[in-house]
Amino acid sequence: MAPGSTAPTSTHDLSDDQLRQLLREMIGARVFSTRAFNLQRQGRAGTNAPVDGNEAIIVGASHALDPTTDWVLPQYRELVGLQRFGDEVIDRYALYITGHPGGGHLPEPIRVWPPQISLAAQIPHAVGLAWGLQLQDTEGVVLVFFGDGASSEGDFYEAGNFAGVLAAPVIFLCVNNGWAISTPTHRQTSAASFADKAAAFGFPGIQVDGTDVLAVHEAVSAARHRALAGDGPTLIEAVTYRLAPHTTADDPTRYQPDHEVAEWRDRDPIESMRRLLTSRKLWNDDDEQEANDTADERMELAVQRAESAPTPADGFFDHVYATPTERMIRQRAAFRAHYGQEDGQ
Amino acid sequence: MTDTATTASMTMVEAINHTLHREMARDERVVVFGEDVGHNGGVFRATDGLQAAFGSRRVVDTPLAEGVIAGTAVGLAAAGLVPVPEIQFLGFSYQAFHQIAGQIARLRYRSQGRFEGPITLRAPFGGGVRTPELHSEAIEGQLANIPGLKIVMPASAADAKGLLATAIRDPDPVMFLEPLRGYRSIRDEVPLGDHLVPFGQAREVTPGDDVVVFAWSYMVEVARRAAEEVAGEGIGARVVDLRTLVPLDLDTIVQAVEQCGRAVVVQEAPETNGFAAEIIALINEHALWSLEAPVMRVSGYDAPYPVGRLEDRYIPDQGRVAAAIRTTVATR
Repeated sequence: MAPGSTAPTSTHDLSDDQLRQLLREMIGARVFSTRAFNLQRQGRAGTNAPVDGNEAIIVGASHALDPTTDWVLPQYRELVGLQRFGDEVIDRYALYITGHPGGGHLPEPIRVWPPQISLAAQIPHAVGLAWGLQLQDTEGVVLVFFGDGASSEGDFYEAGNFAGVLAAPVIFLCVNNGWAISTPTHRQTSAASFADKAAAFGFPGIQVDGTDVLAVHEAVSAARHRALAGDGPTLIEAVTYRLAPHTTADDPTRYQPDHEVAEWRDRDPIESMRRLLTSRKLWNDDDEQEANDTADERMELAVQRAESAPTPADGFFDHVYATPTERMIRQRAAFRAHYGQEDGQ
Repeated sequence: MTDTATTASMTMVEAINHTLHREMARDERVVVFGEDVGHNGGVFRATDGLQAAFGSRRVVDTPLAEGVIAGTAVGLAAAGLVPVPEIQFLGFSYQAFHQIAGQIARLRYRSQGRFEGPITLRAPFGGGVRTPELHSEAIEGQLANIPGLKIVMPASAADAKGLLATAIRDPDPVMFLEPLRGYRSIRDEVPLGDHLVPFGQAREVTPGDDVVVFAWSYMVEVARRAAEEVAGEGIGARVVDLRTLVPLDLDTIVQAVEQCGRAVVVQEAPETNGFAAEIIALINEHALWSLEAPVMRVSGYDAPYPVGRLEDRYIPDQGRVAAAIRTTVATR
């Protein structure tokens, strides 16, 4: 998909308030993510993966789902854009990037799974969860995020194939941001599009402009209705561009062509939505300031909570089994005898 | 815990089938799925009749893809079901290893207790029946090195029932490994009522005070025959079936070594870094001063599992185990 278009083109039946909320959450996602990046530079957070370029996809999808019935299985860039599923998501994100085990626990009733580092491994989980909803006649759909690179993994093909057989209520959302670290999409596949891969699974695959939050919202809404009607999965390829390094540990100037980055910066999903809402008199400088300040303050609070959260140094013994084995009990006792009950890093 | 009033003679595979029927009837959350488990009843008939009894929603033939069989178990568990997937042969689980080691084992841990993984992944393994490549691998040592999994390896039909029922009711993932050589050759009395064998409790198979032989799964039968052989020579070999490798019954291991002073460990897997090495390390840590002789290890060899014409001499047999018993008893 060639860069060039500038603004969202479809608005469905979203109210003005909802449109403004989409933009607020997109701005929030980038603020949270940028702060996480900076925390890593200050030595206060571990390696983390910026969201820049993916905001419209995450927020658009999130608003097409029902957080009281539907589930989201992220890859690892999405938590910052999933506030609609629960305000505490951002607290868990702060724990996650600061290396606290609690970062993996998205508490009830938040229907979001922890980030998945093994690429595509979450896709079979999503199919299993959707299958479980189906078996129990529970209303709801499962949406799973993964990238263009992850679509090369066996898990994607195995899960897509089985999902088709089951007609499971699952939405495969492939975030094609052009790069898998340094590998461009044409080295990832020779298929004309990632959406085309759905043909092998026997369900529809569609491609949408991933910089257009309303287009993503519309596509996910349609896929959700299809799933709820019992018609099975949909593969959605949302095309965007990775506007930041792969992670805090990456230098994209080694491989991303400057002109390409510049072209896609003109299509920044947040800018596009801001232009649309400004033209409709739904957004002004005060709104912009407020959205940024609110996100800043929320992230500040989340980081404060994360940095003051107790971190027992032997916390890695917890939650391995429902009841620890006798060996683990002995190991933990030996650990405490040696180190005492000190706090972790 | 066990209603022993009524028993019936069953082969191991019959005991497994009987237990699956009972557990599916007891708990409607139990879902059985895998390659050929439904209409065909499994290639060894372990799941025979389940689909007729419980329907094709709860007993599901899956596409031929081990990774997604293991991976969907994670999602089903999170949905509140009790998945009992089958990998047709344990050697094929290499194609699912990332989901078993990286996902199933870590579900509780990575979600810090939000999601439990009450998954019982059944898989036959072990050699001696002239299968093609990758049907016979004994990889329990690799699996036991993955925190979060429980490793269960029955050696009798009664234990297959009691341990499988415990596995299915356990809130954590269990690798339930069935010796395919024992499916029909192992036959014993199985309690027909509710029968649960707790994990982490080894079983004394034969009494003896001169040497203890530790084994699990089909190697228990091999060790028992070796013990019979040396009994004629006046050697009292106590065979201990470990039943579960994780959790492990350390107390019984230590007590047996203290009482016998000599030990042999038998495993079907290759020698290097197998679970026998773990047993020997534990004996060193907890019972070294009780030893009268070095602990002997009888195992497969450090070569890939061989093709049919070579396998009988690869797997530990009665003669090799008996020879190890004699050697350790002769050491002064």
